[in-house]
Amino acid sequence: MTPLLETRDLNVRFGGVHATRDVNFTLAEAELRCVIGPNGAGKSTFFKLLTGQVKPTSGQILFRGQDISNMQPHQPARLGIGIKTQVPSLFNGLSVWENVWLAARRVNTPQQTERVTRVTLERVGMLAYRDATVGLLAHGQRQWVELAVVIAPDPPLILLDEPAAGMSDAEVTRTAELILEINQRHALVVVEHDMSFIRKIARTVTVLHQGAIIREGAPDRIMSDPLIQQIYLGKKPQ
Amino acid sequence: MLEVVDLCAGYGSIPVLYDVSLSIASGESIGILGHNGMGKTTLLRCLIGALPATSGTILFDGTDVTRAAPHARARRGMAYVPQGREIFPALSTLDNLRLGLLKTGQRPVDALERLLADFPRLKPLLDRTGGSLSGGEQQLLALARALAGNPSLLLLDEPTEGIQPSIIDEIAETLVLLRERSQLTIVLVEQNLDFIAAVSQRVLVIRRGQVGDEIPREHLGNLDIMSQYASGYA
Amino acid sequence: MTRPAQSSRPAQGPDALQRFSRSWASAALTVALGLALLFVLPHVLDDFALVQATVYVVMSILAISLAFIWGYGGILCFGQSAFFGLGAYTYAIAVTNLGDSTVPFVLAIVVPAAFAAILGYLIFYGRLSDVYMGVITLTVTLILFNLINSTAGPEWKIGTAPLGGFNGIPGIAPLNTPGNIDDTIGPRGLFELSFGALLLVYLLLRALLATKPGRVIVASKENEQRLLLLGYDARAYKLFTFVLGAAIAGLAGCLFANWGAFTSPTVFSLAQSAQIIIWVIVGGLGTLVGPVVGCIAIQWLTTQIGTQQTINSNLVLGAILVVFVLMVPKGIVPSLGSLGAALVSRLRRQRDMANVNAAVKEDPDAGPQAAKIDQAAKLDPHGETVR
Repeated sequence: MTPLLETRDLNVRFGGVHATRDVNFTLAEAELRCVIGPNGAGKSTFFKLLTGQVKPTSGQILFRGQDISNMQPHQPARLGIGIKTQVPSLFNGLSVWENVWLAARRVNTPQQTERVTRVTLERVGMLAYRDATVGLLAHGQRQWVELAVVIAPDPPLILLDEPAAGMSDAEVTRTAELILEINQRHALVVVEHDMSFIRKIARTVTVLHQGAIIREGAPDRIMSDPLIQQIYLGKKPQ
Repeated sequence: MLEVVDLCAGYGSIPVLYDVSLSIASGESIGILGHNGMGKTTLLRCLIGALPATSGTILFDGTDVTRAAPHARARRGMAYVPQGREIFPALSTLDNLRLGLLKTGQRPVDALERLLADFPRLKPLLDRTGGSLSGGEQQLLALARALAGNPSLLLLDEPTEGIQPSIIDEIAETLVLLRERSQLTIVLVEQNLDFIAAVSQRVLVIRRGQVGDEIPREHLGNLDIMSQYASGYA
Repeated sequence: MTRPAQSSRPAQGPDALQRFSRSWASAALTVALGLALLFVLPHVLDDFALVQATVYVVMSILAISLAFIWGYGGILCFGQSAFFGLGAYTYAIAVTNLGDSTVPFVLAIVVPAAFAAILGYLIFYGRLSDVYMGVITLTVTLILFNLINSTAGPEWKIGTAPLGGFNGIPGIAPLNTPGNIDDTIGPRGLFELSFGALLLVYLLLRALLATKPGRVIVASKENEQRLLLLGYDARAYKLFTFVLGAAIAGLAGCLFANWGAFTSPTVFSLAQSAQIIIWVIVGGLGTLVGPVVGCIAIQWLTTQIGTQQTINSNLVLGAILVVFVLMVPKGIVPSLGSLGAALVSRLRRQRDMANVNAAVKEDPDAGPQAAKIDQAAKLDPHGETVR
């Protein structure tokens, strides 16, 4: 069975920094993986490699067996990779509805798009805000909109860079539920720092440190690993 | 140190803050808890002057600063770390920090040494441009830069966002230390209950643009109860 | 399943004014107004005024081309006059060579578009940043100016048409009914054709902006990165916008050549490029009608100033630009729209307060607090009212 996503000896260097080091990462269809690591470990850079925003210095990225290492920035998305970036990236001058509509419209007919937009906004609880200008929303609300924008075109692989950032406890719980719901038919890679959140959703956790994968395994084993506690988790029990 | 009386503010014709009143003593650290859209960021932006108040008064160290421009408030000793970092991406980490102490008249060398002693994680990053730092590193830089100017009041908008757990602990320790060492007054807006409980002496809840309930001190370590307060069920 | 906590107050969305300006109603209103002017003006204006009005209309088409690519597409092109000039020169050269004006008319639109396609490909697919767009288009305009300017000698010609250098090309044959070379267009016909073209271009652009490609173009101005991450090839959409803008500018150039029966390198001048930008800023960046209004207003003003000797018209133009940027940054049309909307909402509030006062008179217990609660309820339709 071809893995959904596979990177082979992936490396990227820029500005004197070896941001991604010999990364061999595999993800199966509809798998949910969490990626954790210290600040500066290269998590967001890894995502940028997958979406084509950054080109690898060496190594390969394969999506369903196809080499996507050197594609134009809009092509991985067309193949089925969606991403919610660390800093919300939306069309700030447009309405909530329009943001999601644009996302859905590329893969749907006009009639389907209307339905998909409405359903997606309901799913993230933002339908009441459909006419609001995105740039004027609160930070956490923008996160919800971006989630809607990412899932609207129904991509088989969804990358979420800190989806729980700026959210209250209740919202974090809702996000976890939504992610598990999405995971029924989509693969997800989630970068996060909130350990309680990761416990709610993860079966396998990959740990990045200084650009390389240093551990991979079940959440409990990772969190009790002394090295991980030293470089990342700190002293408090998570 | 900070006295806020019946503050109202909003965006255009949409009011967000309704008659907010706060009183914070010098060297006190208060936390503000609340869901998104309740007005937390609006309150901080109003305090620093990035958003004009529609009515009410803000007294900083006895002086009425309600109509003062942000840079005037900063000169008086207010520092602000906004949500979203807002460091200068084209400048190096060192230059970002230098800008923080530009208007304070301190000797850069001494001030930077003290600052880096409090934020050792920035030492290896000094030559890197702000834009090349990771999100969490930028958050640290934003915090250090705000503290570079030796402020008397620090306004923090979700400073732990995107920061790894062990560094969150370190920041909490640093803030508590600074408060004890230099009588730093802190207003902290946060969703991270652990952090807010560790750093704040009092925690207030903001709901629908109004600052209301104070969470009793004995509950400050109990995350379930704090969460209930924030959702408005306690 | 827990729902995310929601504020009782939805964030601010597009107000009534914005909704109106994007609706079919405003397009229909504008076109109706335009058609009315189209039919009325030739009867009301004398020949001289009609000819003057024609050049205002032709320049409006040029203004609308920049209004579209800049205000909606986010492309600040300093070289719309390059495409304008190419349109004028292409028509002049082609009609001199071919006689019948049908093909030259089409070429006047196609040649600038093709030129834009090549230039745009280099800029957008070469991943050059926005700043370079301004620099490159400005430079291209200057190059064209200098090139054409130095073609004065008789050896410089395309087919039978001499380029004329700084003297320009005089005696350009006017448009004729397709197939009938002697049935040429007169001043009134040219006015009607130009005005009709302006209305058609306006309608075309409004229609485009309501479709998917139109929304993608607007989104590319907002956040190109997000557009790419959604799978849209932003470069292709930008190129399309750029080429469309060039085609419209070329059309304007062709009509301009007809209007003066003459064209010279000044169409490529820096002054011309700057003027278009000033029309758009003064009229209202972000609208289609605004720049048309700005264009007509400034051209009219320039003509009036030109009749006297005391003040230099360029000085006045510069002063207008400074005043508008500092004091009326949104431009004429959006500012008037905002004033109108504010007036309407003030009248509404007065009416509402009058209603409340009337209600209070009937029921003395319902004091000012009740009125405040009613007011708040109007702003807060979702949940509990606030103290």
